[in-house]
Amino acid sequence: MADLQVLLWLSFALFGIGLVGVMVRRNALVMLMCMELMLNAVILALVAFSLRTATLSGAVLVFLIFVVAAAEIAIAIPIVLMLSRQKRSLDVEGYDSLKG
Amino acid sequence: MNLLTVIVLLPLAGFVLNGLLGRKLGPTFVSVVGCGLPILAFLATLKAFSTLQLAGPDAALIEHAYRWAAVGERAFEIEFYFDRLSAVMTLIVTGVGSLIHVYSTGYMKGDAGYARYFAYLNLFLFFMLTLVLGRSLLVCFVGWEGVGLASYLLIGFWFEDPAKAAAGKKAFITNRVGDAGFLLGLFLLYWAVGTLNMDEINAAFMAPVAPAVSASLVGILLFIGATGKSAQIPLHVWLPDAMAGPTPVSALIHAATMVTAGVYLVARMHGIYEHAPEASQVVAVIGLMTAFFAATVALVQTDIKKVLAYSTVSQLGLMFVALGVGAYGVAVFHVYTHAFFKACLFLGAGSVIHALGGEQDIRRMGGLARRIPVTFVTFAVATAAIAGIPPLAGFFSKDEILWFAFASAQGGSPVLWALGSAAALMTSFYMFRLLWLTFLTPSRMSHEVEHHVHESPWSMTSVLVVLAVLSAVGGFVHLPEFLEPVLPLATAQESLEHLEHRLVYVAIAVAVAGFLAATWLYRGGLAKGDALAARFPRLHRLLGGKYFIDELYDAVLGRPLHWVSDRVFLRAGDRFLIDGTLDGLAATTRRVAGRLGRIETGQLQWYVAMAVLGIVGCLAWVWRHV
Repeated sequence: MADLQVLLWLSFALFGIGLVGVMVRRNALVMLMCMELMLNAVILALVAFSLRTATLSGAVLVFLIFVVAAAEIAIAIPIVLMLSRQKRSLDVEGYDSLKG
Repeated sequence: MNLLTVIVLLPLAGFVLNGLLGRKLGPTFVSVVGCGLPILAFLATLKAFSTLQLAGPDAALIEHAYRWAAVGERAFEIEFYFDRLSAVMTLIVTGVGSLIHVYSTGYMKGDAGYARYFAYLNLFLFFMLTLVLGRSLLVCFVGWEGVGLASYLLIGFWFEDPAKAAAGKKAFITNRVGDAGFLLGLFLLYWAVGTLNMDEINAAFMAPVAPAVSASLVGILLFIGATGKSAQIPLHVWLPDAMAGPTPVSALIHAATMVTAGVYLVARMHGIYEHAPEASQVVAVIGLMTAFFAATVALVQTDIKKVLAYSTVSQLGLMFVALGVGAYGVAVFHVYTHAFFKACLFLGAGSVIHALGGEQDIRRMGGLARRIPVTFVTFAVATAAIAGIPPLAGFFSKDEILWFAFASAQGGSPVLWALGSAAALMTSFYMFRLLWLTFLTPSRMSHEVEHHVHESPWSMTSVLVVLAVLSAVGGFVHLPEFLEPVLPLATAQESLEHLEHRLVYVAIAVAVAGFLAATWLYRGGLAKGDALAARFPRLHRLLGGKYFIDELYDAVLGRPLHWVSDRVFLRAGDRFLIDGTLDGLAATTRRVAGRLGRIETGQLQWYVAMAVLGIVGCLAWVWRHV
């Protein structure tokens, strides 16, 4: 049981690092990496629970998340690429053309 | 064969044909359709009349045309009812109507709205026939409103002139006031009697057990409707203004037929009025006031059509006096004679106006007798007829009205007779004044106008001749006795019967006195009349200003209404309340949106922080509440 605790704490820590990273870093690429980190934290939690309950549904969800993450990054990277070309910077503070 | 339906629908067909095709197919088509269908309707009426005569005095032809609506057990039918009263009215409407249509072909020749004019005139005939032939008061009411519409359209026929358009509106709105009374009367009757068929309502009121409703109340409500349509005080103000329409329209609608609809209504509902002495008294008093005051106003008018208009109002007042004292047949008799001589007078006036190229002011006329002899002779005959010179038509009907006003057992009194005779005296005076100033005195026309004076075409003069002949001999048909099966004869108080012959002499003396006074005053032109006016300037101004009733209505009703509309409804209601609410809502939304827009900074990190805050908030709420 100690394993589950450890794994959940690890997952929580990863999620926290990712969240803080998204919130404080200004570099768009770093923010994307931090988001990946948060997804991985969730995956870790799912796997841990799946192990604990000895069912497969958690593992199936993991594959789903892989697909979603891949699709998400496939769209996000080109967007960032276009933005950085236009603004000549990766700093998200410059991306404020849609403000109210 | 559905003869009555055919009579009603023929003018409607004329309206549709002229209205849709008239402008494309040209004036010849319009004239043929516009005059031909009313004449056909007149012939059909004659046919129906002969059938009615064969069926006996009490008979009535009833024709079912259409089931309008069925409500539960009851049904509203469109039925036509043809007894002697509707027969007389239908003959007047189609007969005089056809004549005036023929006259109009000359009078309106070359007008840009020729087809429109005949379409409206045919529409008027359709509604008027619906009014007089309808068996149910509801059908009658449809016609009643319809003639009001046609009247509105024709008064404002030359609608480019704002004054004429305003006159049309005034007529329509004034009539609306009366119609409200009529409608309330209908509701009350339907509630009390359970049917709107006029013969059945009369029978119900004649029955030993009268309907549980005050006959006086119903009578007064219906009479309010009649005051609107027949231009009685206090709703008489529209009729003089209605002279803005083409002159044949004034002759047909505002003299011969439509304005007598009120008289027809009261006569038709005599079953109610016979059991409503109070209502009858109201009818008589209003009629008398109208007859008297309108006659005084007519004394000083200078517009040829205005004189005739006030004369019409005054004569209608006399008819209501007759109705008020229970002499229903006599009132219809006067409707019948009045239709001839007043139509003749109006058409004669139209011929004069036509000859003078639009001049209507009698101060700028004179000396027309030699120039337009046919018009003069017919006008003179009709003038003598309305003045009550025997043996012309007006003498018989007016004399009978005055006799019953004096002696009727149902409310006759010397006061009614005296004031009625005074009105008759004034009638004779102002009509001969008109005759002198228009035709006989030395010419006061400008050279330009005088040069162009010409007799009207035969289509107009022939109609004048026919009407003049009818005005002369129409009185020999003794209508009250003919109508007796439908409208009971009035009874004179026995104690007064020995006076009848003396009163006839008085009536003749009155007519001749009016003639002599007018001759003395106006034979030499305007000088003596103006001198008289200068001696009584205030009286002259009061009469010339028509007792300032228009001004009174404007001050009492018009201006407060205008003030309320402007201040309360427009400024406070529409602009402040409604516009203010909507504008306020929009402004608030915009301001709030402006404030909220500021949190959209465009900074991704800020959005993330907000999202996290939201998620944490949701989780915290779930934690607390689940």
